[in-house]
Amino acid sequence: MTMPRAISGNELPGKDGVLTVTNLQKRFLLGRAGIFGRGSESYVHAVDDVSFSLGRGEVLALVGESGCGKSTLALTLLGLEKPTRGSIRFEGNEISEYSSAQMKNVRRHMQMIFQDPYESLNPLMSIGEIVMEPLKVHKLGGSRAEQETRVVRALEDAGLKPADRYLKRLPHELSGGQRQRVVIAGALVLEPTLLLADEPVSMLDVSIRAEILNLLAELRDTRGISILFITHDLGTVGALADRVAVMYLGRIVEIGPTMAVLTNPQHPYTKALLSVVPVPNPRLRHKRLILSGETPDPINLPTGCRFHPRCPLAVDACRKTDPPLHPAGAGQEVACILVE
Amino acid sequence: MESTSVTSLGAFWRTFRQHPMAMIGLVMLLIAIIAAVCAPLIAPYDPKAIIRITIDDIYTRPSPAHWLGTDDAGRDVFSNFIYGARVSLTVGLFASIISIFIGGTIGIVAGFYGGRTENILMRFTDIMLVIPDLPLIVVIVALTRPSLTNIILVIGLLGWTSTARLVRSQTLSVKARKFVLRAQAVGASRPYIIRRHILPLVLPLIVVNTVLVISLAILNESTLSFLGLGDPTLLSWGQMLNYAFTRGAMSAGAWWALVTPGFGIVWVVLGCTLLGHGLEQALNPRAETHHLAQLHEQVARPASAAARFAGEPMSLSSD
Repeated sequence: MTMPRAISGNELPGKDGVLTVTNLQKRFLLGRAGIFGRGSESYVHAVDDVSFSLGRGEVLALVGESGCGKSTLALTLLGLEKPTRGSIRFEGNEISEYSSAQMKNVRRHMQMIFQDPYESLNPLMSIGEIVMEPLKVHKLGGSRAEQETRVVRALEDAGLKPADRYLKRLPHELSGGQRQRVVIAGALVLEPTLLLADEPVSMLDVSIRAEILNLLAELRDTRGISILFITHDLGTVGALADRVAVMYLGRIVEIGPTMAVLTNPQHPYTKALLSVVPVPNPRLRHKRLILSGETPDPINLPTGCRFHPRCPLAVDACRKTDPPLHPAGAGQEVACILVE
Repeated sequence: MESTSVTSLGAFWRTFRQHPMAMIGLVMLLIAIIAAVCAPLIAPYDPKAIIRITIDDIYTRPSPAHWLGTDDAGRDVFSNFIYGARVSLTVGLFASIISIFIGGTIGIVAGFYGGRTENILMRFTDIMLVIPDLPLIVVIVALTRPSLTNIILVIGLLGWTSTARLVRSQTLSVKARKFVLRAQAVGASRPYIIRRHILPLVLPLIVVNTVLVISLAILNESTLSFLGLGDPTLLSWGQMLNYAFTRGAMSAGAWWALVTPGFGIVWVVLGCTLLGHGLEQALNPRAETHHLAQLHEQVARPASAAARFAGEPMSLSSD
């Protein structure tokens, strides 16, 4: 496994950025208060004021509990949800205001891998047809024979060898790990520069997870693909990610180089998350920080720091100030007023 | 692609054969279709031939010459019955094609596009649904010329509402599945997604619904003809009932003139219903989502021969 590169905080590795997100916000209108809907509008704040950037060939892990807005962020980047506010720059172009026709072109270069490999393949289409589909949609790859060559190459790059053994099979004939490889092949066939991997291993058996993570690392190394690796499991982050961003209630609370975040977490939420990652060696086990209470609902956000109702360290000031990200620790940026 | 459709067709036929009701329905319908297609070969008399009759030829009892007796005009009821299948099945087939096409399109478009489009289409469907079909059909047919084409059009244009609702709900559930989102993420257009991802998974439901809509159309045509609004130049089962009823079959005690066409209607409608329910089971798209689903099925039913093979190593390991 490649060592995470030394990149400080949230800054770009060189000028070679693939994706730059600035103050991105996505909220969903729930309805209006009052009998005739004349009162104040209520919103679900799925993604709130998120900024980060992703360099070429870099893997950024986005970690957080379910419902913290990770998946919404991915769908917004892909244009499947329209951002409420903020800027998304992809390959130097501002894509947040793109029309669906323009987005189609963007999606050639930005592909997504979904969480559930059992649901993300059409049960009636053969593996060959599934992987061929993106080429057909984008009218790429020239003749039928050339398209087939690309499909075979994508399947083999995704670890399904020999590919012709899989072409005619249906999804229900494959195991979960094989299906996830098909999903990855379907993304690779377009030769994207950015992969949005939304919990790509969480539905898979533990024994297969490492294989898929290795595959993603290999794609990063051989093809220079940038990966936004979305997960709720900090345990899967270390092997793959160059940097880690921890998300809580639609906002990034800590971002920094993987080693720094994993070994020297600054934000109380990150510390709590890390303390519950299982440690194989019983002698090295430490006290677990179990957070009390539930995640507040993203409709009525807490005032001040959104983590304060569950934070073991919270003081009065936390109820009033909404802390911005600022440099702290070993190259991270942290949103907590108690961290200097 | 070829192997795909062959395997699923084979699997479908295997599941289908396990439903005795569906097989009975299929056989019943096949008999009706064969009778309609081969009517000239089966029927002993030509219903359109000009015959000379005397008063003794009216409503004669079943006999070797006339297996099911004669009607008010001295014609052979059995021959009329066989030819009548042609009219009923023609109306059923073409009216249901119209209904399914309209209902399927409205259901898929409303379900997939959602929002305003869905609202407009489904409110229109609701309006059509609450208008009582039969009085409306009677009024329209009475105002236009009661020809075969008109009857097919009226029944077809009014019979799509339940299809639209069913197809819409199935479209909603298919649309929520992740492979549709994946296709969107790839950059596929909405018409492409409908064609490639929605339609193939909604199609089983449409097929089942078609069979049921056919029976409804046949029933509607019979009702119209019985009320005297059928095509006067054609002898459908409803028309036979109408003639027998209005021309004294009851008072003459000629039960054969009433029971025979009634039996035809019940036969075809029952056949359609049985087949429809059997197809529903066999085509259930949820049955084949997991690669171990078939294994589960075998374990769940230890009575089948396949399960005994699958069960052996399991019982060994549990010892």
